[in-house]
Amino acid sequence: MLAVIDYDTGNVRNVKKALDHLGIDNCLTADPEVIKQADGLILPGVGAFAKAMQALAERNLVDVLQTQARAGQPMLGICLGMQLLFDRSEEFGNTQGLGLLPGAVVAIPEKPGLKVPHMGWDTNNGRTNNRFGRVFNGEATYFVHSYYVQTAAKNIAATCDYGVQIPSIVQQNNVVGMQFHPEKSGAVGLAGLNAFKEMVEDADFSRN
Amino acid sequence: MITKRIIPCLDVDQGRVKKGVNFVDLTDVGDPTEIAAAYEQQGADELVFLDITATVDHRKTMVDTIESVASQVFMPLTVGGGIHSVDDMQALLKAGADKVSLNSAAVRQPELITQGAEKFGRQCIVVAIDVRKKDDSFQVVIDGGRTPVDLDAVEWAKQVVDLGAGELLVTSMDQDGTKAGFDLQLYQALTAAVNVPIIASGGAGSIQDFTDLFTQTTVDAGLAASVFHFGELTIPEVKAELKENGVLVR
Repeated sequence: MLAVIDYDTGNVRNVKKALDHLGIDNCLTADPEVIKQADGLILPGVGAFAKAMQALAERNLVDVLQTQARAGQPMLGICLGMQLLFDRSEEFGNTQGLGLLPGAVVAIPEKPGLKVPHMGWDTNNGRTNNRFGRVFNGEATYFVHSYYVQTAAKNIAATCDYGVQIPSIVQQNNVVGMQFHPEKSGAVGLAGLNAFKEMVEDADFSRN
Repeated sequence: MITKRIIPCLDVDQGRVKKGVNFVDLTDVGDPTEIAAAYEQQGADELVFLDITATVDHRKTMVDTIESVASQVFMPLTVGGGIHSVDDMQALLKAGADKVSLNSAAVRQPELITQGAEKFGRQCIVVAIDVRKKDDSFQVVIDGGRTPVDLDAVEWAKQVVDLGAGELLVTSMDQDGTKAGFDLQLYQALTAAVNVPIIASGGAGSIQDFTDLFTQTTVDAGLAASVFHFGELTIPEVKAELKENGVLVR
């Protein structure tokens, strides 16, 4: 069972619909007990960083997400959900993130000819020695974001080139992030969600 | 680098897809979910749904339609038509829409743009502008092409971006349904004036029209309905030709 964290963000149900379509057992929940029992967690996200952290705090989800991720439970952050995995964001001032991945979330620099938000289908250059980098290498996925993460190269599984190199997939052990929306990226996006399911099966967290 | 988007537009009337010429003479095209799934197969980059006879009664039908499409089609969905409040937006986004599009309501209640952007983020808020050429300028027309208003389209585009619009969907009414090509002059003027993504709509009739659009303007997406609905053009052949002409597509 995958737990999709429900914290009043726009696209939570679209992630659920994609998992349902794939036949992956899942539930939408904000209940810490259900989260602890799950084989893996998905943290979706649309909107602003500070507001999302506040919504997680109001539902007493910050501690449980940190504890579970540090205990090795597989976790996938999507779009803003990926950004929340990092130490901090400079969106509207400086806000602490979940601190599960090292790095900061900063604004995409404005350059002539490059519009912000970075919106639309962009091509991923994936590291083929990474499970997710392999799935998405050379494939275009759907992005909508104005901020991007800065983290050490060893945590980056794929990037896309938008004037700066935008990390599109990050991973450190059991914690994975996708800057694009796999649930809105057609067949390859669904393949990416399936790859996370396989990672969860390989990790076999709940029976450990 | 980011790719140019090809977007089929589905005009929805009481849960069915319809298509007219110059906004009238509606013909039934089919079931929205089936059509959406077929376009996903073809490689469409996004879908726009316009509720063309939006009333309070039809609102529920549209929410159901989007709910159904979003459970089977996994790409960005934009929904417009008859959105008058933040609650309307919320219902559609909750049903599975990724963006909502405001047209007449944006003119009558510009504060809706800002309220939507503050609640859901700018990237969720598309402002649709229907435009008719008037002498040397472009006039904004609302109410599905029925009511001309005293607004210059380029000035209005700047205003809505300042108010919080994250994207513009601009239809040339003179070209709409004519298959005579996109109004390149209109999009050149708009892209010079604002820095948000622009979807060009109205007039697509041939592959060359898409090539002209993406090589002669910097718009981000081309939208069409009839040429795709009636199979005169397929998305793969449009994209193949664009690729040959050096336009980045998925």
